Amino acid sequence: MSVHLVLFLAFGAVAVAGAVNLLAQTHPINSALSLIAVMAALAGEYLLLGAEFVAALQVIVYAGAVMVLFVFVIMLLNAGVEEQTTGSRVAILFGVPGAVLGSVLVAWVVLRHSGTGEVPAGALPGPPATIGPLLFHEFLLPFEITSILILIAIMGAVVLASKPPSAPVPPREEN
Amino acid sequence: MVPLSYYLVLSGILFACGVVGFLIKRNIITIFMSIELMLNGVNLSFVAFAAHWHALAGQVFVFFVMVVAAAEATVGLAIIIAVYRTRETLNVDQVNLLKL
Repeated sequence: MSVHLVLFLAFGAVAVAGAVNLLAQTHPINSALSLIAVMAALAGEYLLLGAEFVAALQVIVYAGAVMVLFVFVIMLLNAGVEEQTTGSRVAILFGVPGAVLGSVLVAWVVLRHSGTGEVPAGALPGPPATIGPLLFHEFLLPFEITSILILIAIMGAVVLASKPPSAPVPPREEN
Repeated sequence: MVPLSYYLVLSGILFACGVVGFLIKRNIITIFMSIELMLNGVNLSFVAFAAHWHALAGQVFVFFVMVVAAAEATVGLAIIIAVYRTRETLNVDQVNLLKL
């Protein structure tokens, strides 16, 4: 068992444990912290694949910026423990067998038809020095469009979040 | 050497956890976090395929996915704040104006 496989399994175990913990926890802040663990483990996986630039972005943008935003909103809205509601009977009757069937199908296709291709450690070095020219030559137009997208997102967030509070609408009666 | 299918299986597990969380969670913030989990699963398969086929464009695509996810997170969280202001709840079962 190579070091690469051991590291892959270790980071993968952390990622899966974090994802399952996200589902198991009832308080949003616990879910947010386990999501940060998932993202950190995925950054390790990216480093194993040689994608240094993506690993750095994963830590800075996802685990840093986006999750700080989540934690900030949880604090701002004082989110408490969520109330559990029972799912509908149709969801259990069809959803569970459907999910099992779908996952078995996908697992079979992946394991059977993805071939015996192996990914060596650091197979495709992706330092910023090689990503940068690609980003600013071949993908220049999408890159510029993302800047406009971010500008629109900033303005949208400001407009949506700074709306003056109006009278709360009471939840509709169940019928 | 790790087979490509291992990466794909891990990515699929993360995506499935995101789908399950999206369906069973009732807190709107946790639902949003499940979406981020799904995006992370997809990113992992992007990077694995990029390494497998020696195509750096896959890593550039991950960059774009991250940018879109960040923009989506800002707007989505602003929408959550707006929903909380008007409805005073984070439970999606009580945000039911569109329900028949």
